[in-house]
Amino acid sequence: MAYSNKVLDHYNNPRNVGSLDKNDPNVGTGMVGAPECGDVMKLQVKVNPETGVIEDAKFKTFGCGSAIASSSLATEWLYGKTVDEALQIKNTDIVNELSLPPVKIHCSVLAEDAIKAAIQDYKKKAVTKTEAVASK
Amino acid sequence: MKLPIYMDNHATTPMDPRVFEAMKPYFMEVFGNAASRNHSFGWQAEEAVEKSRKQIADLIGATSKEIVFTSGSTESNNLALKGVAEMYAEKGNHIITAATEHKAILDTCKRLEKHGIRVTYLPVQTNGLVDLEMLKEAITDKTILVSIMYANNEIGVIQPIAEIGKIAKAKGVLVHTDATQAVGKIPVNVIKDNIDLMSISAHKMYGPKGSGALYVRRKSPRVQITAQMDGGGHERGMRSGTLAIPGIVGLGEACAICQVEMPEESKRMAYLRDKLKAKLEAELDEVYVNGTMEHRLPNNLNISFAYVEGESLLMGINDIAVSSGSACTSATLEPSYVLKALGAGDDLAHSSIRFGIGRFNTEEEVDYVAAKVIDVVKKLRELSPLYEMAKEGIDLSKVQWAAH
Repeated sequence: MAYSNKVLDHYNNPRNVGSLDKNDPNVGTGMVGAPECGDVMKLQVKVNPETGVIEDAKFKTFGCGSAIASSSLATEWLYGKTVDEALQIKNTDIVNELSLPPVKIHCSVLAEDAIKAAIQDYKKKAVTKTEAVASK
Repeated sequence: MKLPIYMDNHATTPMDPRVFEAMKPYFMEVFGNAASRNHSFGWQAEEAVEKSRKQIADLIGATSKEIVFTSGSTESNNLALKGVAEMYAEKGNHIITAATEHKAILDTCKRLEKHGIRVTYLPVQTNGLVDLEMLKEAITDKTILVSIMYANNEIGVIQPIAEIGKIAKAKGVLVHTDATQAVGKIPVNVIKDNIDLMSISAHKMYGPKGSGALYVRRKSPRVQITAQMDGGGHERGMRSGTLAIPGIVGLGEACAICQVEMPEESKRMAYLRDKLKAKLEAELDEVYVNGTMEHRLPNNLNISFAYVEGESLLMGINDIAVSSGSACTSATLEPSYVLKALGAGDDLAHSSIRFGIGRFNTEEEVDYVAAKVIDVVKKLRELSPLYEMAKEGIDLSKVQWAAH
């Protein structure tokens, strides 16, 4: 199978590889997929609690080249977006940007799920934090 | 050293130039039909066919009359299974095979099942070998054929064919073996190994594609098969169709070369394979060889690099041609059924790479491949959330994954 140049570029030079402190209240972590399915993505965002803007995003992915590229691209797009803007990212945007073939669409779906999971995790933490403050 | 490096010799092998030279005259100069009995054009073609038959027979301990030419192992497998099922229909309707067989066997069995044949698919042990006790128990008075491959195309594991043959023979059951990967690589002898029918392919032993043979035993017992292709009654009525002389000459020459060079060549293959394995294991943790090393083709290494997905690894070693059991590299999006049959777990199937070393690989190439694979695996593990979790001491089998 031939890969698009953009997939190859992300595979060869993945952006924002790494991990953020998952215990940090401003960090949201999303982990989607399963090893037996052949792909697992971990995507993390660090949000400025004052502005709601994503200031850092990191990923690690076990999966094929298209899965790696999809998650790498996702972290790139997350930088500077508010959490609500981030939720607008659609898997089809990733498919178009990376020119993914039909058999690789599930990689983009996984990336969208990872973004949603990370932001949900952040929001859950923010609520718990507010509740903790309120109960004091 | 020239890139890319071809190390996928279980898929196919490059032609040996000596084989090509032997074939050359049979395209233009000697073009006759081997079935033409009344002129020299036919006689010359027939002579070439008989020479090839003898070369093949010599390599496997058979006689010339027991060799039926086909288009390759897929056809040989189809002819053996369907031909026996039809010929021995009155005797019984049960065939025994194994879960790790090639699709040319499994899908033929599926087809036969639609026509009233009962098929037992024996599971294999974690080392890839068939359990002989299970085989014994599976044989019934309706069993007409046991078909177990000689050596596996993915993991290179060599089945105990001689013992399988002994068990089957004791119960009067015929034995077929798909020896596509074995013939020419390791000693195969149809007498010692108690084989009644055997599939052979030219392009797995440095011969041309589109050429193969089926060995059909003539004595004790005399095996009969029903032809699956109707026509001029060639090949003693078992396989009609004008013989494809160049391919047949190529198969014969490939066998003759293997017979002479096998002792040396298999030693060299094992040396290179073992060197590759040792280098990978020295530099990388958590690598797992799939299938037993004890009973294995000398040129095969099938190995899983835990926490790294196979297709992404292939992408990183794009100047090396190997294959993976990963779902992402298959048309069906399912990981290798052979590795699944070993019970290795789908995750390790996704992480597997098959190296198939061949006659034309050099030690320099093996060194290059080892270094490159090590480099890319390390890089991908840096990228792998699973490797990170494992290093943190998390038991991945206990994690609740959001399967999709």
